[in-house]
Amino acid sequence: MSPEPRPARRVPSGRGDVPRRVTVTSPRTAAARRPRYPATREIDEQTHLGEVYMRSLLRTQFRLALFVCTVLACVVGGLPLLFLAIPELREADLLGIPVPWAVLAGLIYPAFVVGAWLYVRQAERNERHFADLVERP
Amino acid sequence: MSLAAVVTVMVATVLIGAFGIRFSRTTSDFYVASRTVSPLWNASAIGGEYLSAASFLGVAGLILSFGADMLWLPVGWTGGYLVLLVLVSAPLRRSGAYTLPDFAEARLESMSVRRTASVLVVLIGWLYLMPQFQSAGLVLRTITGAPVWAGGLLVAVVVAVNVLSGGMRSITFVQAFQYWLKLTALALPLVFLLLAWKSDGAPAVSAADAATWQVPLAGGKEYGLYSTYSLILATFLGTMGLPHVLVRFYTNPDGQAARRTTLVVLSLLGAFYLLPSVYGWLGRMYAPDLVRTDAVVLTLPGRMVGGTLGDLLTALVTAGAFAAFLSTSSGLTVSVAGVIAQDLLKGGVRSFRIATLMAVSVPLALALWARALPVADVVGLAFAVAASSFCPLLVLGIWWRRLSSTGALAGLFVGGGLACAAVLVTIVGGPYEGLADALLAQPAAWTVPIAFTVMVAVSFLTPHRVPAGVARTMVRLHTPENLALDRGDWRPRSS
Repeated sequence: MSPEPRPARRVPSGRGDVPRRVTVTSPRTAAARRPRYPATREIDEQTHLGEVYMRSLLRTQFRLALFVCTVLACVVGGLPLLFLAIPELREADLLGIPVPWAVLAGLIYPAFVVGAWLYVRQAERNERHFADLVERP
Repeated sequence: MSLAAVVTVMVATVLIGAFGIRFSRTTSDFYVASRTVSPLWNASAIGGEYLSAASFLGVAGLILSFGADMLWLPVGWTGGYLVLLVLVSAPLRRSGAYTLPDFAEARLESMSVRRTASVLVVLIGWLYLMPQFQSAGLVLRTITGAPVWAGGLLVAVVVAVNVLSGGMRSITFVQAFQYWLKLTALALPLVFLLLAWKSDGAPAVSAADAATWQVPLAGGKEYGLYSTYSLILATFLGTMGLPHVLVRFYTNPDGQAARRTTLVVLSLLGAFYLLPSVYGWLGRMYAPDLVRTDAVVLTLPGRMVGGTLGDLLTALVTAGAFAAFLSTSSGLTVSVAGVIAQDLLKGGVRSFRIATLMAVSVPLALALWARALPVADVVGLAFAVAASSFCPLLVLGIWWRRLSSTGALAGLFVGGGLACAAVLVTIVGGPYEGLADALLAQPAAWTVPIAFTVMVAVSFLTPHRVPAGVARTMVRLHTPENLALDRGDWRPRSS
């Protein structure tokens, strides 16, 4: 630790030789940081703050769900249109298998599983964040 | 030999079920097996329960008849679990409800919504059970020449005995066993079929088929694009509303486990659904003459392999088919019986037994009298009803605070009612001409949006009917279980 004295606010003075006495205060950090109640109690008592916590959880999870559903809708809803718009694609081959069959009878299943795995990971992460938030001492 | 296989599956099912007897003591055990089933068991059980006659026999048959457009059917049946996973699985488990009517009551605090949901569960269950019994009759006739009613009756009796003796705990073990049996019964013969195809010079489908049958939206069918989209909508959104699927989620210990179970289910289903389309494709070359194309899976081993090996493989496939009838029928019976017992009878183990008999006998009677449609088509109609009634109820109930009980009721009545009407008209009358036929045979594309719109609009008009405890219910549905929070004191009535 440095032996220097705590830097007190020095008021520029005209005379220079007599330092002016000032009151040294500290922000009440500990008191300010600790809420009156734990957040779980805010939720239990359905206060405005508790509502804010709950809405944030719902919004995060719903956004995640909506994102997955939108991607799914684009892929699944887009495929028939794609086949309709590009007739060559319908008859093209992928390793000897027609493209529509390769996609619909094969590749789409592992894609579902990967999507589901990513979703589960993110949803659990969201819940951990929420738990950290409301259980913070 | 096929008959021996059928008998073996039946006996094995009953024996495995018997192990469950000593576990099932209380009513709660009967309904949800005390929530002590591990995720892999649970996922296998969901897979076993879900893969019905429609998946095992019907998909290959429809692909054989109608070609690439039907590839969407298994895609939708799998993808439905992805939608279920992201929108429904964890909150539904956390709701603590045993059945769909339980959820309706917990969320909307209204007995009339609960009763409407009960009626819909029973209707969807019966609609799903009917083709299972019909196909059982078809399969038994194919292998023994027995009259059509015999197979349906046989399956119905085994299911009733099984459900009555063990409740859901035994069913969980039976179902898990059934998934692996079905996968083996379809995968192993396929290896030999592909070898036979290879030694046959690996032929391709005929030039005419390569130009139309093999190509999606080739214009063979009128309103093909509408039908494709309607099918996609019904299967993706209908899965979450199937009563026998949802009851499985209550056997997970918590919401996170429910999500992980769904992930495993997706993998198991994805693995299974790789197989039927290959059967359909091979069938187009080796069995294009079939009248009831549902039988293609049973026919191919005999035609392509032949001899003793062919007989053995046919026996294996037949065993798998019966496993499919038994598992789906058992799961549906448990959930339909559970709802009848709680909401129409007094509740308790005794009512559950009476309800089981009711749950089985009505669809059996229907199966004997109704017009025989392709099994996957009837199951598709059950999905359409589920998608237009329970899908909006679950999605809005879980994510939208302003859903009112009147709104939910109106949506269930309008969406479920319209879809049921379309189904009835299709099964009793039909087939119809042109656009009317497409709209009635694939109703989801118009009934689902109507159901959602009605539910939202009526909720906006009746803000005073938004349940008082909605904030507490949302805490219950969405917060992880490890947080010490007040989640209300609602308990399902069957506990």
